[in-house]
Amino acid sequence: MKRSGSYSVALAEELAKKQRSISVAEFFEKNKHLLGFDSPTRGVITTIKEAVDNSLDACEEAGILPDIYISIRKTGADTLKVAVEDNGPGITPEQVPFVFGKLLYGSRFHQIKQTRGQQGIGISAAVLYGQLTVGHPSVVISRIGASFPAYRFQVQIKTESNEPEILGREEIPWDRLHGTRVEIEFRGTLAAKKRLIDYLRYTSVVNPHARLLVDIEEERLTFERVSDDPIKSPVAIKPHPHGIEIGQLRRMAAASEEFCEPFLIESFSRVGKKTALEICQNAEIDTNTRISALSPGELKSLISAMQRASVPAPPASQCLSPIGEDLIRKGLEKEMQLDFIAARTRPAGVFSGHPFLVEAAIAYGGRLEPEGPAQVVRFANRVPLIYQPGACAITSCVMSVSWKSYGLSQQGLPIGPILILVHVASTNVPFTSESKDAIASIPEIEREIVLALQEIGRDLKTFLSRRDRNRLIEDRARAVCAVIPDIAEKVAEIVELPVPDTSPIEGRIMKKCIVKKSGRNGKVTLEVNNHSNDKGIITIYLTSPDRGEDAIPKPDFLEEFSGEYTKVWQVPITPGSRFSATYSGNAGGSLDVRGIDERKKVVIDLDV
Amino acid sequence: MSETDLEQRASKRLYDIAKRWYDQISTGEVPSITLPTRTKQNIVLDNEHDVWKYGERESMRAAGTEKSALHLLKMAYVIWFIKKQIKENRSSTLRELYYISEGWKKGKFSAQDESNFLIEDLEILTDIQREAFHLRPEEDGATIFGDITLRESTRRGLRTMNCRDDVGEAGYQIPTNVEKVDLVSSGARFVVAIETGGMYARLIENGFDEEYNAVLVHLKGQPARSTRRILNRIHESFGLPITVFTDGDPWSYRIYASVAYGAIKSAHISELLATPQARFIGVQPSDIRDYNLPSDHLNEKDIAALKSELSDPRFAGDYWRDQINLQLTMNLKSEQQAFAARGLDFVTKEYLPARLADLGILR
Repeated sequence: MKRSGSYSVALAEELAKKQRSISVAEFFEKNKHLLGFDSPTRGVITTIKEAVDNSLDACEEAGILPDIYISIRKTGADTLKVAVEDNGPGITPEQVPFVFGKLLYGSRFHQIKQTRGQQGIGISAAVLYGQLTVGHPSVVISRIGASFPAYRFQVQIKTESNEPEILGREEIPWDRLHGTRVEIEFRGTLAAKKRLIDYLRYTSVVNPHARLLVDIEEERLTFERVSDDPIKSPVAIKPHPHGIEIGQLRRMAAASEEFCEPFLIESFSRVGKKTALEICQNAEIDTNTRISALSPGELKSLISAMQRASVPAPPASQCLSPIGEDLIRKGLEKEMQLDFIAARTRPAGVFSGHPFLVEAAIAYGGRLEPEGPAQVVRFANRVPLIYQPGACAITSCVMSVSWKSYGLSQQGLPIGPILILVHVASTNVPFTSESKDAIASIPEIEREIVLALQEIGRDLKTFLSRRDRNRLIEDRARAVCAVIPDIAEKVAEIVELPVPDTSPIEGRIMKKCIVKKSGRNGKVTLEVNNHSNDKGIITIYLTSPDRGEDAIPKPDFLEEFSGEYTKVWQVPITPGSRFSATYSGNAGGSLDVRGIDERKKVVIDLDV
Repeated sequence: MSETDLEQRASKRLYDIAKRWYDQISTGEVPSITLPTRTKQNIVLDNEHDVWKYGERESMRAAGTEKSALHLLKMAYVIWFIKKQIKENRSSTLRELYYISEGWKKGKFSAQDESNFLIEDLEILTDIQREAFHLRPEEDGATIFGDITLRESTRRGLRTMNCRDDVGEAGYQIPTNVEKVDLVSSGARFVVAIETGGMYARLIENGFDEEYNAVLVHLKGQPARSTRRILNRIHESFGLPITVFTDGDPWSYRIYASVAYGAIKSAHISELLATPQARFIGVQPSDIRDYNLPSDHLNEKDIAALKSELSDPRFAGDYWRDQINLQLTMNLKSEQQAFAARGLDFVTKEYLPARLADLGILR
């Protein structure tokens, strides 16, 4: 498929046609920024990203659970060597030179389905980048199966002709049965190490079926997999009549032997006999002409008739591969500690004939930065977007949602311990530029993003209000059961009267069964005041280093476990009943009460 | 009222607060206190004294949440501590009280503001000033320079002195408990209370006090209670007009307001601290314009403070509304020492005489 908006590629092709002296490779050399190689810090991330994307895509197509090893080592003051090795299906020795040594060569370039890389420019651009900045060829090792040998190549690109140049090819012994390893040395720094780690972490979040093992200098990081199901590889679909441009139509027409009507039916999705006829009529083209015989003018009217025709949306279910709500949750959970996660996968939609779908998740609390604006992590086709957040439709959608209605404060972005994840998957993700940093503002996509955010916002609100309610109850319990007794004691001292009993207040306010423990002056006291209407038997477990042999009354059971004693009392309760036990010992330990509805009990450890 | 009577009354009223909580707890009620709401929305003009005091609005604090319960617990600790302190005839500073609370476990204060605020609550609840609780601020009082004779009871007995003839160039230092000072006599015509030390020194150096027979008081920024109390007493005892000379920014207008009308924090004792007849000299926003003073742009906080003053009942008059609106339009502020741009004598030779004549204090 020829990508619309694929500015540099289109331009590169044009230039290559007109002036044979400028090759694509030379063009790249002058326009590194377009492909994400604009600075030495960025080059590292882009190189790793291109290699990892290829590995993930290859494993996915072969139905393999990816095991990817990444190593980054300094080789000089400002040079790095990056190696990425996968357990994918491998690349045949005939193909290796083209995959790594020729720009714009790729198996997915003409397919219409969700893939990470698309133009076949990524990894060979990294090879070229290394060649231009350090001058060494890149090393590729690949093996396609146990019964085949592994080959080691030294590859570089002839910049004038954009053809691969193989400086060495040898059979070598390799411990992997299948897979590919690429080593590229280039000028770069590890100044953006944190960003690189973030990139890998987020890659792991949205690829929960992959395991990434990373060595950065002396540091080793592992991003484990949480899912053992390989991703079902999306299936390519035919282009949709609404999602095609004249150049592509011209190429398809030139390559076809068909007449107009069968050409339309067979080459496009969702076009039947009726629609094909209608298109031909509207374009004023005889259905019995061969498509290759149409003049450029006729092709133009054909394409405008195709745009006007009413055609059902393209089939999205096979060509898109959402991560899924469950796996997004698992992916986030494994990488950070969180109090709450809500995830949503929206139904697929269409823009300009390209199927797409949006997934979003919101995480709250845990180890997230408690103050400051929310972290927004953006993904396109399972690839994290690290740069240019301000230019991205995802960021502007997050800011356009009124988070105040979901219980969050907001200054542009929502404020607080929040992480927002948005994943846009499409057969053709509309980026703002070829470096694929930011998603363009397409109304259909923006609408879906906002809807997804609103849905997870509502989930978050439910969580927050439940938490606030629980907090209020807990807060009151602490006030009544832990602080008021202290107030009673102090005022008794001031007015010089005996300490008043605070349990009537507990009863009136709490209407619950209250179990209190306190350790003072070498005595531990356990008290039960049942202000609820429940009756039955509750079981109290008090675990501490004290044996409590002088306990009154004696515990019903005593268990020892590695120097700690669990004292168990079974206490019958009726409305208004009381119980207390004391023994010699110290404050501390843990208290647990069973046998009564969670909502009816308040357990207070005054030693905490 | 004698000192012992006052102390007995303080002890009794503190006891009453504790007893009320004791009774509440004994009858199964959550202990609570009721206090006037201490915000600018709840200050009203007291017609009898012409000062701003707390209005009718009250808020109840019941120990039903952990925060409020802890507040009451802290108050119980403080009452217990003050009662003991009065009984043992000892005293402490507000800062010492804050540190003493370190040993009060849950009753420990998290910041000194919190303990200061709680003491003010107790003043309101008992209608007795903190001096009777044997608590004093650690802030050093401001200074006075001018023809006032007073008698201070010190630990070395009574000392009588004149605040111009018997003190050094820096002036007489106002003690933290002004009730220990008797004002004897004064030959001065008026008082100028000055925000900054630089301007106070400028006026002394230029001989302004002698030339116009003025008493100069250095406020040291937002004036302490003792400073405001002594201004109130100088006005009451000798009938001297009080004037306030500050920077030309919203924070300085609040200095004037606390001298003239009372502070929101201490509105329960405004009639003792405030001098409603006090007049504002400047720097007025119109002075910045008329004298073309060197100035800075207002920042966001300044603007917010000015807007807040527009809704403050103490600044409700036409004069303040016009000046504040003018300042917002000009978007400028100036310090009082900006007059130096027109020469060091300008402020004493021209500006102050003109302003004091405007106010009818000089003729």
